Amino acid sequence: MKQFQSFLKKEFYHIFRDSRTTITMMVIPIVLVILFGYAITTEIKSTRFVVFDQSKNSTTQRIIDRLAASEYFVIYKQVSSYEEIETLFRKNKIRMAIVFPPDFEENRQTGTEVQLLTDASDPNEATSLVEYATTIINTELTKDYIVSSVGIKPVVRLLYNPQMKDAYNFVPGVMGMILILICSIMTSVGIVREKEYGSMEVLLVSPLKPVYIILAKATPYLLISLVNILTILSLAYFLLDVPIKGSLFLVIMLSLLYALLALTLGLFVSTIAKTQQAAMLICGIALMLPIILLSGMMFPVENMPWILQQLSNLIPARWYIVALRDVMIKGLGVTEILPEISILVVMTLVLIVLSVKRFKVRLE
Amino acid sequence: MLRFLLEKEFKQIKRDSLILRMMLIMPLMQLIILPFAANFEMKNVNLAVVDNDCSPVTTELTDKILSSGYFKLTTTQDSYEAALPFMEKNSADLILEYPARLEKDLGRERSACVSITANAVNGTKAGIGTSYLASIIRQYNIEQISPDVTIPVQIKNTHLFNPYLDYKAYMVPGILAFLLTLVGGFLSALNIVSEKEKGTIEQINVTPVPKSIFLLSKLIPFWVIGLIILTLGLFISWIVYGFIPDGNVLAIYVFAAIYLVALTGLGLAVSAISASQQQAMFTMFFCNMLFALMSGLFTPISSMPDWAQTITLFNPIRYFVEVMRMIYLKGSLFTDITGHLLIVCAFAVFFNTLAVIGYRKKS
Repeated sequence: MKQFQSFLKKEFYHIFRDSRTTITMMVIPIVLVILFGYAITTEIKSTRFVVFDQSKNSTTQRIIDRLAASEYFVIYKQVSSYEEIETLFRKNKIRMAIVFPPDFEENRQTGTEVQLLTDASDPNEATSLVEYATTIINTELTKDYIVSSVGIKPVVRLLYNPQMKDAYNFVPGVMGMILILICSIMTSVGIVREKEYGSMEVLLVSPLKPVYIILAKATPYLLISLVNILTILSLAYFLLDVPIKGSLFLVIMLSLLYALLALTLGLFVSTIAKTQQAAMLICGIALMLPIILLSGMMFPVENMPWILQQLSNLIPARWYIVALRDVMIKGLGVTEILPEISILVVMTLVLIVLSVKRFKVRLE
Repeated sequence: MLRFLLEKEFKQIKRDSLILRMMLIMPLMQLIILPFAANFEMKNVNLAVVDNDCSPVTTELTDKILSSGYFKLTTTQDSYEAALPFMEKNSADLILEYPARLEKDLGRERSACVSITANAVNGTKAGIGTSYLASIIRQYNIEQISPDVTIPVQIKNTHLFNPYLDYKAYMVPGILAFLLTLVGGFLSALNIVSEKEKGTIEQINVTPVPKSIFLLSKLIPFWVIGLIILTLGLFISWIVYGFIPDGNVLAIYVFAAIYLVALTGLGLAVSAISASQQQAMFTMFFCNMLFALMSGLFTPISSMPDWAQTITLFNPIRYFVEVMRMIYLKGSLFTDITGHLLIVCAFAVFFNTLAVIGYRKKS
């Protein structure tokens, strides 16, 4: 045990002496939570548009004012030709243009059309823009003759996240990303570095069993992850008002299980990679992007083609994020997330077996 | 002098077969897979229906909703309580509940309420789902109440640049830009520092090779690799997705060439001030993550608050992603991207100066 302790001490020295990396590891979660909480959103807000008003009368002015007054749109300028619109689109200055025909006022009662040009490069943005603009223009045009109190009225209730904050969705995702990042990359690089330096040899000839060597490597990162888990949770709770509806204990245990899985993943990578660069590339490029994109953190899994949905099943972060959302936001208990927990456990076990098989005590 | 240094660098890269494979194959695999994943389209909103009325009106409305193409019926239940577990298990995004006597109320009082319950954990999805549903109901009302009233003013919308609203057409150029950034930035960041770790940098330091030539010899290989990846990427987006840049391909190359100088410069600067590969990688990772999230690659920049939009002005990836999309989708001309080009030139000068200053021959 004493030997193990001194090994552990060595690992802590290794990590904390590199103060820049330690600080980065602590700061990344904070920056991410703030960015996701305050900066990054898919909501449409203050989109710039231009008006090509060939009719120029009180009705068109009223419509323009209504659009400009809404939170979705900001008027960029009034233009006087289609060419100008095209140039502005090509220069990426605007996302939408509205064109009123010259005979708009005369034909308003009999039939005319308003043209809505959108930059559909980003299809989602374009769809939303059309939807918002159409609603605003229609309300303005039809408010005289459609009585809105008649007919079927939808009453909307938003469960779990009544204010529709993005943070509810992103906080579990950020946790899924950070833990994988810190645990897998750091562990794999830590082990491979010893191989590269040749100091692995020294460790292997020591009387300590390889299992303990690995454990000593993993423990500091597990601790750092715990710190990160707590940082993210408290930032989310106190700063972003994301509730923790389920049991806090369950959230932490679930996160630790996931951190453990990430550690074994790092261990496994370290048995494949021969150099630090290779380890980083495998973790960084092969793991990071798929985790961000396939875990359902940003893009809903059910929209993906069948084969990617199958692939996403292999991504640990996916199960963790689903389970974490269930507990944190929906307040479900341990029985409801048993399937996810067992998948994570099985993945961990498989990775441990694989790594132990591949871990070589002897040098080549 | 430069020639021999370059020969050394290329040999080193060529000999490390794993890195070489990773460098070329990984980004391209990602380009093939990821755009299919990065899909924000809301086509399959899962709907659970609780019909307490079971009248012709509710049946008709449900049919209308399901035929819109946005919704998929998960289940029909007798009560809200029975439908809720489906939402807890994430198999239903919306619950639509018709009250009993909906048809009667509608006949007598001319109005009735239906309740929509949305799983708002994913706020975007809940928002879009409910607004689709509400607009279908609104349309239904208009048809029922006044089938003969037609609104004289039609709103005709035209989707420019991407008429079929293909989300991949938007993501592929962006992801290509991002992958190029990832490969160029990371590899160059790890390069000098790995020589430091191995101790081989001492041998360079004692030679009369000037700092700038040494850095240039490090920069050029990654610049070449970057352009190769770009070329392969352009081919893949043509063969796999059928996307051809609307604008000038040459403009992409000119921009990418300068951009790669800027980014490799950043990598080298990070490398020069780092003591270990781990440190360099984490610093680079931190930069890349910030850059990626603030680049408008996944979420529109215009939705960000003002302070965040100001930050994006100092983000090189932002300009590359924007230029790729402009050239691919809008056929923007050289003249349209000159602003972007100048800014990236400034980045290139800045980062490379930083690298030259940061790299010290004395330890």
